[in-house]
Amino acid sequence: MTSPTAPTLPDGLVVVVKRECETCRMVAPLLADLGATVYTQDDPTFPTGCRSLHDSDLAISWHHDIETVPTLIRVVGGREVERTVGWLRDEWVRITGIAGLGADLPPFRPGCGSLSVDPDRVDALRALHDGGTLRSRHIELADLDDEMEAMFDRGYTDGLPVVPPTPERVLRMLQGTNRHPHDIVAIVPPDLVEVTVEKVAVNAVMAGCTPEYLPWVIAALESVCTDEFNIHGVLATTMPVGPVIVCNGPGTKAIGMNSEGNALGQGNRANLTIGRAVQLIIRNVGGGRPGEVDRATHGNPGKISFCFAEREHDSPFTSLAVSRGFDATANVVTVFAGEGPRCIVDQKVRSAPELANVFAACLRTLHNPKLVIAFDAILVVGPEHARVCADAGWDRERLLAELHARLQIPGSELVWGAGGIADGVPLHLSDVTLPKFRPDGILLVHAGGGAGLFSAMIGGWANGAMGSQPVSREVSP
Amino acid sequence: MTRFVLDPTGERTPPHREPLPRPATLAGQTIGLLDISKPRGDVFLDRLHELLTSSGATVLRFTKPTFTKPAPVDLRHEIATQCTMVIEALAD
Repeated sequence: MTSPTAPTLPDGLVVVVKRECETCRMVAPLLADLGATVYTQDDPTFPTGCRSLHDSDLAISWHHDIETVPTLIRVVGGREVERTVGWLRDEWVRITGIAGLGADLPPFRPGCGSLSVDPDRVDALRALHDGGTLRSRHIELADLDDEMEAMFDRGYTDGLPVVPPTPERVLRMLQGTNRHPHDIVAIVPPDLVEVTVEKVAVNAVMAGCTPEYLPWVIAALESVCTDEFNIHGVLATTMPVGPVIVCNGPGTKAIGMNSEGNALGQGNRANLTIGRAVQLIIRNVGGGRPGEVDRATHGNPGKISFCFAEREHDSPFTSLAVSRGFDATANVVTVFAGEGPRCIVDQKVRSAPELANVFAACLRTLHNPKLVIAFDAILVVGPEHARVCADAGWDRERLLAELHARLQIPGSELVWGAGGIADGVPLHLSDVTLPKFRPDGILLVHAGGGAGLFSAMIGGWANGAMGSQPVSREVSP
Repeated sequence: MTRFVLDPTGERTPPHREPLPRPATLAGQTIGLLDISKPRGDVFLDRLHELLTSSGATVLRFTKPTFTKPAPVDLRHEIATQCTMVIEALAD
């Protein structure tokens, strides 16, 4: 992101130093004889004996990627052709062409960190020197404004405090992706607004993400903003659904996601903030707010954030991402329009058929025991339940086949009015056997802590072309 | 020192737009009726169709593929180019 206005270096030799650095002080007496242009980072009077330029705002150091002082650079025709860092006598001799340079000095001495990479300064320097790349409108805060309250007052939050998106924080967030800040990531419903990488980063800052989460937020956002997922409908429906994000791949460990104890709950920054960032973008960029286009009758707490990783390392099942056609080494998000999780308890179960029986009995009740085919579900199998499958040699395909076989229901039990329940299927279907789920309507995921013979199910919204289809996408840097 | 944050919104600041002048008569207007595909929207629109036609308007009927998604761009374009007014039937 080097600015087009980055200062150029003069032709010849250039040396960047700071007084604070002992190696710089060691080489200082040599500099007068080099005829070099010397930039000093800290003390404008250093080094004595040669004319030095003060890199007071560290623009030279920033734009020319000075990480160590001293740095010796040779410039030809305005372009850097070679550099060496620290004191490496052979390199200095070669680059300067001065035989015997520093013959009385040790052959090697490492340099010190450049002020331009000082962790305490780097965010401010990035804002100063690269801030021009940001296009978002500036919102000025009054002296007496509490910045957290200001974010509430302007309607930017989901009801919880957000991290104020200062240019420093947003630029730091953008370090998490190789994509250009001005790239369009998606068109966000309901207002159908183009969202840039920069705008995603602004909302990711607010959600509490770290830069390494940003590619996951981008992939999840791209997924929900597809016609198949239909976030417009997911938002506008009166049902209590929102994007449920299941993450797969080695990257989930690398960013510290939780797939184990309390995976669907609180306490893990990556799980909580990736999902939250997506929802903040729908709210702030897309304009999807509760009471406006969001017409949910009840909603659910997962609409703040509902994101977790699959527990892959000891799963008896192929992962969700692999089952959906991805390589096991790929980092993948799968988005599903889902409600909150509910628990499936069976602490006595010891055989796989018994487990399938209880799963099927609970899945049958999804939304209404008499509503069929129209809704998908995620079945989150806990490790202790999964072990029962493993002991029986049941893999993903076997478990799903057993569940679907148990979820074929006589139409006579489902028609309007049957069982004293009004809803159901039309009366002419009373002689037909109907499946609770369409063939790919159960998404199996392995997650949870090591103790507890529990699983969970997450009901979906209307499926198919007029509702929402699960969408998977590979995470790219 | 001035403190500021970056705007997290879509920055949609549409310029103020004046509504078109109210037509003096319905006669001679081409009025689009957009059915969003909610149940019984057609009952409402059929009745409107009758009333508008008896007032001398030409009525064109349009249907969204599904109420769960925004109207496709082509459909919006079709309505905008063929009609002078549009009425949308919202719900069941």
